Amino acid sequence: MKPSLKVKIGSLELKNPVLTASGTFGYGLEYSQFIDLNLLGGIIIKGLSLKPKKGNPPPRIYETPCGMLNSIGLQNIGYEAFVKEKLPFLRKFNTKIVVNFFGENLDEYIEIANKLSKTDGVDALEMNISCPNKETKWRKMGTEPELLRKAVKEVRAVVNKTLIVKLTPQVTDIAYMAKIVEDEGADAVSLINTFPAMVVDIKTRSSVLGTLTGGLSGPAIRPIAVRATWEVCKAVKIPVIGIGGIVDYSDALQFLIVGAKAVAVGTANFINPYATVEIIEGIERFLIEEGINNINDIIGSINEKANNAYN
Amino acid sequence: MNKFTLSTIVENKALSSDVYLITVKLPFRIDAKPGQFCILRVNGRLDPLLGRPFSIFDLEGETVKFLYRIKGKGTKILSEMKENEKISFIGPLGKWYPYPEGNFLVVAGGIGIASVYYLIKKFPERAIVFYGVRLKNEIFFFEEIKKFAKEIYVSTEEGEFGYKGVITELFQNKAKNLDLPIYACGPMLMIKELKKIVNDRKCYVAVEERMACGVGACLGCVINTVNGLKRVCTDGAVFELRELIL
Repeated sequence: MKPSLKVKIGSLELKNPVLTASGTFGYGLEYSQFIDLNLLGGIIIKGLSLKPKKGNPPPRIYETPCGMLNSIGLQNIGYEAFVKEKLPFLRKFNTKIVVNFFGENLDEYIEIANKLSKTDGVDALEMNISCPNKETKWRKMGTEPELLRKAVKEVRAVVNKTLIVKLTPQVTDIAYMAKIVEDEGADAVSLINTFPAMVVDIKTRSSVLGTLTGGLSGPAIRPIAVRATWEVCKAVKIPVIGIGGIVDYSDALQFLIVGAKAVAVGTANFINPYATVEIIEGIERFLIEEGINNINDIIGSINEKANNAYN
Repeated sequence: MNKFTLSTIVENKALSSDVYLITVKLPFRIDAKPGQFCILRVNGRLDPLLGRPFSIFDLEGETVKFLYRIKGKGTKILSEMKENEKISFIGPLGKWYPYPEGNFLVVAGGIGIASVYYLIKKFPERAIVFYGVRLKNEIFFFEEIKKFAKEIYVSTEEGEFGYKGVITELFQNKAKNLDLPIYACGPMLMIKELKKIVNDRKCYVAVEERMACGVGACLGCVINTVNGLKRVCTDGAVFELRELIL
């Protein structure tokens, strides 16, 4: 018998716990030539704003040991074009569509959240609180507890779909930030976003990126992401989506075991367009091997006793 | 349709101290056009993490060849791979050179020959080729190009072989007034010089940029053009020269 892979994120029912991470899967179309999008638990669409956004000047990416930097700068086609040109295609597939969104200030956050909440075909929203906003106080939304509290509260008030808040790892206590998000009524948290990072070209003595710093992603950050996910899962009751350097099914299972209800696969899509599908198949195979009938039985099953193998 | 598969290395041959020709065999035939590229990635390891994009040098059925120069860690590791080893393959990707109607001009600098060789071969007896290198031992596939091309002109920096100087000078001397489409690939310096010479004539250039997904999703490989930012992977890698901001 095949094990059940179904999980719930708020009122959102996923056929399996594997999503695509925002910004790494375009608008879905780009990968539909490789994989059957119907197989995915869901697609998290790259960060969307009210108006189209040009993004950062090139060069935008640079490879690092087991990872990469990016400074795409949230380039996107804007709400109107997304709804007209991209959403109808995405809706042909039997998978959940989660739209990651951001604004330059809180008013814009509220406005686009309100619009997305009323848009047919959008199943859930993911609020990006750690984006490189313009120099306003809202730039610090992801790291200042009281700004985060106010922002989530006001966005929640206009969203009647599943609201996920994506956390940045750039805080002292990520569990504390997750608790704030939970207290203000979000349905779920996802974590982690990338780490601000830098690589210097020693010949030109300049940064390798057009914007000097960029976000570090990939397997290099995975152990930090697993730790952060574990801490957050212990602190909140709402579902957690684990993100960070997942390349194969065993990576994904680490996040599930520490308590994540689902995972999102990002950078791995770039190195293997089949990554998400192979991860789903791998999880299923593992559950069969372990004699587990329901994915929910492995979620949060971490044995918190210290590993005493050598004592 | 792009394909993602494991390919098998048939041959990975050093042509000089840092230029290699790798031949891979796919489980199926692909239909690719001159100017398109593929991404090769050493699977099973996370460092280097990303694949590397390479122009299709030559293609026959399920066998694809890439001419590459060792530039960094990724290409160094690739150069050490052996016959029968597997390597992951995505392709063919990107736009191709618009097909010429009659005769055409080719300007290639150094390893840039990798992008135009298949074009020259596909339209035999029609290409007037300008091929510039620094040193004589950096000329690759001269006899083959001579066979497929209508005419070939070579330049070396010190004049060891062919014209002494850079290829854009030779191009200017010989072909400036020929009303034929131009296909070019080479170092940025060459492209910049070419732009001064050809002005607004039809000139197609294949460009290079660091790349991640290769399929237009990550928006990592964008370059500045007169029509705004464009993705090298899917809006290119072939662009019209007049579009590029150099």
